[in-house]
Amino acid sequence: MTYDIVLAGVGGQGVLSLSGIIAAAALEEGLFVKQSEVHGMAQRGGAVTAHLRLADAPIESDLVPVGRAAMILSLEPLESLRYLEMLAPDGAVVTAAAPLANVKDYPPIEELLTAIRTLPRAILVDAAGLAQAAGLAQATNMVMAGAAAPLLPIRVGTIERSVRARFGRKGAEVVERNLAAFRAGQEVARCTAKQ
Amino acid sequence: MSARVLLGDEAVALGALHAGITSAYAYPGTPSTEILEYILQRGGADAYGGDAPVAAWTANEKTAFEQALGVSMAGRRALVAMKHVGLNVAADPFVNSALLAISGGLVLAVADDPGMHSSQNEQDSRLLADFARVICLEPRNQQEAYEMTREAFELSERFGTPVMVRLVTRLAHSRAVVRAGEPEAQRPIAHPEDSRDWILLPANARRRWRTLLERQPAFHAFTGTTPHNELQIAPGPLGVITAGIARNYLRENVADLAEAPSHLHVGAYPIPAALVRRLVERLETVLILEDGYPYVERAVRGLIPPRVAVIGRESGHLPPDGELTPDTVREALGLPLRCSGPIAPINVPDRPPQLCAGCPHTDSFHALERALAGLPRGIVTSDIGCYTLAALPPLSAIDSCVCMGASIGMAKGASDAGVRPAVAVIGDSTFLHSGVTPLMDAVAADTDMTVIILDNEVVGMTGAQPTLLPSSRLPALLLGLGVNPDHCVVLDAHPRRTTENAARVRREIEHRGLSVVVAARVCVEAARSRKRMHKETVGTS
Repeated sequence: MTYDIVLAGVGGQGVLSLSGIIAAAALEEGLFVKQSEVHGMAQRGGAVTAHLRLADAPIESDLVPVGRAAMILSLEPLESLRYLEMLAPDGAVVTAAAPLANVKDYPPIEELLTAIRTLPRAILVDAAGLAQAAGLAQATNMVMAGAAAPLLPIRVGTIERSVRARFGRKGAEVVERNLAAFRAGQEVARCTAKQ
Repeated sequence: MSARVLLGDEAVALGALHAGITSAYAYPGTPSTEILEYILQRGGADAYGGDAPVAAWTANEKTAFEQALGVSMAGRRALVAMKHVGLNVAADPFVNSALLAISGGLVLAVADDPGMHSSQNEQDSRLLADFARVICLEPRNQQEAYEMTREAFELSERFGTPVMVRLVTRLAHSRAVVRAGEPEAQRPIAHPEDSRDWILLPANARRRWRTLLERQPAFHAFTGTTPHNELQIAPGPLGVITAGIARNYLRENVADLAEAPSHLHVGAYPIPAALVRRLVERLETVLILEDGYPYVERAVRGLIPPRVAVIGRESGHLPPDGELTPDTVREALGLPLRCSGPIAPINVPDRPPQLCAGCPHTDSFHALERALAGLPRGIVTSDIGCYTLAALPPLSAIDSCVCMGASIGMAKGASDAGVRPAVAVIGDSTFLHSGVTPLMDAVAADTDMTVIILDNEVVGMTGAQPTLLPSSRLPALLLGLGVNPDHCVVLDAHPRRTTENAARVRREIEHRGLSVVVAARVCVEAARSRKRMHKETVGTS
């Protein structure tokens, strides 16, 4: 089993911490993990990507090959379309809906969201709204971890433990709000998948 | 044995800590920065007996290398880390160090950036190891990054030369599980047996150079037998030589080939010539897969009979530039590309990096733009750092970016050539790295030019490392260099002061001689993380 994820977002959105949560859970389940990251200049408000590879056997390449990603997990809608060539024909795009329009020729948001909805397997998540409802506006990446969770080859409970471990230091309330955000994302994915 | 998840950079750092280094030195530079950061954070926890090594950011890569050399001269182990272009700065001590009788293990970890993710070129450090005539180890994964770094210290001591460990961005910045061994203790001080081996007067240098040349067969004997260079002969007509992480891309695809190729993996240089010759004995074609320059490819052409076709980056079978990917390697192996998902239903515009919201550099560039308004077209040279992003719209404020410190020398040259105004824009850390010496030239000639030092108190681009000299001491340094006190100005780079700053910069541009303007305000990212750390400290006390 190999499960390749291409994570996408804009520098500063927390792509690496989202990847880290999933990677930690995969390791806890005894999977092999490689996580290729972007550091340096690109992190300054530019397009950022991480390649996360999970497998039950040793992993060779740090990079996901073209056409092999089971999932594109994006924190920003435009970024969810940037790496589509990486996606396997039956792969899923899971993306937050709120645009971060810091470039001049950013497409009109309705056009963009419609384009995403036309993809064969797309889960569009109002991550910002759900994070707000969970009482922690900055927890959008936890909503997205939740939205990705039902599709991953990892038990959801293991990912929850990974979320707990990450925020445990910050107190019970922060942990609970992050978990609430995580579960809200999970719910969206579950309902979208049924359609 | 303990298992942990580490970046390639961090695996190098842990390897060095477990090898019992006494010191580690580096100048921050993507993709190498995390090597020293790890040692700074984990030195005490991971070193033998909690005996943390000295770990320090340095003024530049040359001073880093020279400090490591001093540690080695004292018989103790030292690591020096830098990015590929940093090795140009450190090339003088590096190349000369190969002639010394290295006693304490001296390891240079250098991270190349094929694809130029965060660099101005994609030069290949393996050629510099060759140039210096020393051994280079090239790990293919995080585990090897750990093991090879440890081994590099032993090799350095066994052969009495420095050893290079070469990484590329993809390994430096990728995480995987690393199984670590037991740490070793630091070495005691041991003075050189013969000080002439460290004094490169021509008479000594000639003797030491012969010693280095006489060692080359021993280097070849090592690379011909080390398990890092692994030969597997298969019956078919195709052979592949991989170097470093290229092996992973081969293995990612090899199962799809009709028959497995013969394979030589190179993880240790000098290139194992005998293994190359054995590989090609019955081959028709050998494909070379390597990240960086066609270094192995060129060498192999000179080692084997012309009946064997050597294909790779130089022959056009792989792209001559950029980093390898599992896909470019797949194509070079003659395999069809895998089917991929849908094509983007709309046009996806590029999203280049940009200066952060509230960045003080933006305000400095606005002030400069206004100061230059209405003047004839001059030149604004710039330098390496976040502020290079001012090259992009909407600022489009600079005319050059070449190498650390170049802005000042280039502005002087432009001024000497008759261009006015001639302005150099350089960050505080870049100024300390390589801007002080060209400023001496400008002071000596009182060149008609204006230097603007963007002082944000940190090394911004690489993650807000501290600069060596606190901002408050910059003016004293400038005056000490002989900058005219009437034209040495410190401005507050705040948006509410843009108008007055612009007026002051204009006056300095109009001054017919050298002016230095320090535009000071702390990096917004650094300010934010300082606040966060303060909050956490207060919260826990």
